[in-house]
Amino acid sequence: MDILLQQAINGLTIGAFYALIALGYTMVYGVLKLINFAHGDLFMLGAYMGLTLISMYLGAGMTSGIIWALLVIFILVMIAVAIAGVIMERVAYRPLRRAGRLAPVVSALGVSIFLENAVMIIYGPRYRMYPKGLIPEIQWNIAGAQVTLMQVLTLVISFFLMGALYYFVHYTRLGTAIRATAIDHDVARLMGINVDAIVSLVFILGPALGAAGGIMVGLYYGRINFVLGWGYGLKAFTAAILGGIGNIPGAMVGGMLLGIFETLAAGYIPQGGAWKDAISFFLLILILIVRPTGLLGERVVEKL
Amino acid sequence: MALLELQNVHTYYGYVHALKGISITVEEGEIVTLIGANGAGKTTTLRTISGLIRPKEGKIFFEGKLLNNVPAHKIVYMGISHAPEGRKVFPTLTVEENLNMGAYSLGNDKEAIEANRERVFRLFPRLKERRKQLAGTLSGGEQQMLAIGRALMSRPKLLMLDEPSLGLAPMLVRAIFETIREINEQGVTILLVEQNARAALKLAHRGYVLETGRIVLSGTAQELMEDERVRKAYLGER
Repeated sequence: MDILLQQAINGLTIGAFYALIALGYTMVYGVLKLINFAHGDLFMLGAYMGLTLISMYLGAGMTSGIIWALLVIFILVMIAVAIAGVIMERVAYRPLRRAGRLAPVVSALGVSIFLENAVMIIYGPRYRMYPKGLIPEIQWNIAGAQVTLMQVLTLVISFFLMGALYYFVHYTRLGTAIRATAIDHDVARLMGINVDAIVSLVFILGPALGAAGGIMVGLYYGRINFVLGWGYGLKAFTAAILGGIGNIPGAMVGGMLLGIFETLAAGYIPQGGAWKDAISFFLLILILIVRPTGLLGERVVEKL
Repeated sequence: MALLELQNVHTYYGYVHALKGISITVEEGEIVTLIGANGAGKTTTLRTISGLIRPKEGKIFFEGKLLNNVPAHKIVYMGISHAPEGRKVFPTLTVEENLNMGAYSLGNDKEAIEANRERVFRLFPRLKERRKQLAGTLSGGEQQMLAIGRALMSRPKLLMLDEPSLGLAPMLVRAIFETIREINEQGVTILLVEQNARAALKLAHRGYVLETGRIVLSGTAQELMEDERVRKAYLGER
C-alpha cells in the first residue's frame, strides 16, 4: 500500500512537469492547428537558462535568501523563454501561416534541431549538474510514503501556474479572445481581435510555462542535457493528446494521468522501469485508436 | 457623402475573379440589400468591405475614409459590424461570452458593454434566458439572434448581415426581419445580403442585383420588385 502511495506521489510530480509542457503544445495547436515540435526544446532552454542564472547567483558568493533568488530566477527565465517563443513564431511559423499544414511542421523540426545544437555548442554535450542542496532536503512521512519539500514545491508551483492560466483563459477578455481565435480566425477578426497578437500571446504563455517546468526538472533531478526536450516533449505531447489536444484542462489532466500511469507501471510491472516509455507510447496508440479526441477533447478530427 | 461607397471594386479568390467591378453606395439610415444567386459575389462583397479579403482594384470608402488598407480587425473600430454567413457563433463559448466578444472593440468599458448587452436583450429576450448556455447548444434561430446581437455589441453605424434567413423556418424569418427593421429604426444603417429576395426587398429601401460578380440592376426596393427580370429570376414568378 505504501508503495502505491509512494509511486502515486512520484507520478504526480512527474505528471506536473508533463502538464506544464503539454499546455504549450495544446494552446498552440488550439490557435494555429500546428504541433510545435520545438516546444520541448524551449522547455530545455528554460532548464539551461535557470542553471546559468543559479550558477551566477551562487558564483557571486551569495547563498542567503536562496528562495527569493530562485523566485526571481523563475520569473526571469520565464520571460526570456517567452521572448524566445515569440521570436520563434515570427521567424519560423508566421511566414508559413498560409503555406498548408506540412511546411510549418518541417520548420518546427528545424527550430528544434537548431535549439538543441545551439545549446550543445554553448553548454557542451555532457550532462550538466544543477547545484545540490538549493532546496532543503526536508521530507515528510505520510502513511509510509516519503514526500520531499521539492515535490511539494513542484506541485504547489505547477498548480498555481495552471490555475492562473485557467483563470486567465476563462475569465478575462483577452483569454476569451484566445478561445474565440482558436475557433475561427476570420470571425475573431470581425470582432476586432488582432489574431497575430493573440498568436504571439499564446507563444508567450506556453513557453513561459514550459520554462518553469524546465527549471523544476533541473532542480528535481539535478542534471540536464541538451536533448532533454525530446523525451519530455514527446511525453508532454502524448499527455496533450491523452487529454484532448486543443483543450487546456485536458492537457492538465492528461499530464497528471500520464505521470501517474507511467510511474505505477514502472513500479508494478517486472523490469517496468525499462519499459516505462514503451508503456506510455502504447497508451498513446491505444487512445488514438479508441478515443482519438482524447479524454476531454471535442471532435477535433473534423477540423483536420 | 454616402456612409459607405464602393467604387469599381475587383476582388479575386486566387485566380478566380469574384467581383468584377462593383460600385454601390449606402446612405446613412438606409436598409440596402444585395440579392442574387449562389456564387454571385454577395458574401465576397461583404468580406471585402470587412477587410477579410483585399480588393485588387477599386476603392472602398466609409464616412469618406479609405478602407482598402485598414486591417480586418480594425474595421469594427470604425463602426462597421459584420454578422457572417452561416451565423458563425463561437459554439464553445457561452451566449454571454459571445456577446462580450462582439464588444471586444470597446475594450474594458464595462458600462458601455452592459448598456449594449441590455439593448441586445431587449431585442432578443430569448438570449437573456440563455445567457449562461453554450452557443453551440442553441437552436438555429437562436444562433441567428446571437449572431446579430453579437454584431450589435460594438454599437456599429453600419451593420452588415449575410443571409440571416438561411435555414430558418418562415415564421422565424419574419420575426428576424421584423427585428432588423427595429434595429434600423434605432438608427443603424443596414447592408443586407439575401437569397430570399422577396423578404429582403420587402424590408429594404433600395437594392442591388448581383450576377457572377457584377451588378446587373439597381433601384428602390419597389422598382426591383416590379422589374420583370427580378420577378422571373428571383421572386419565382412566371
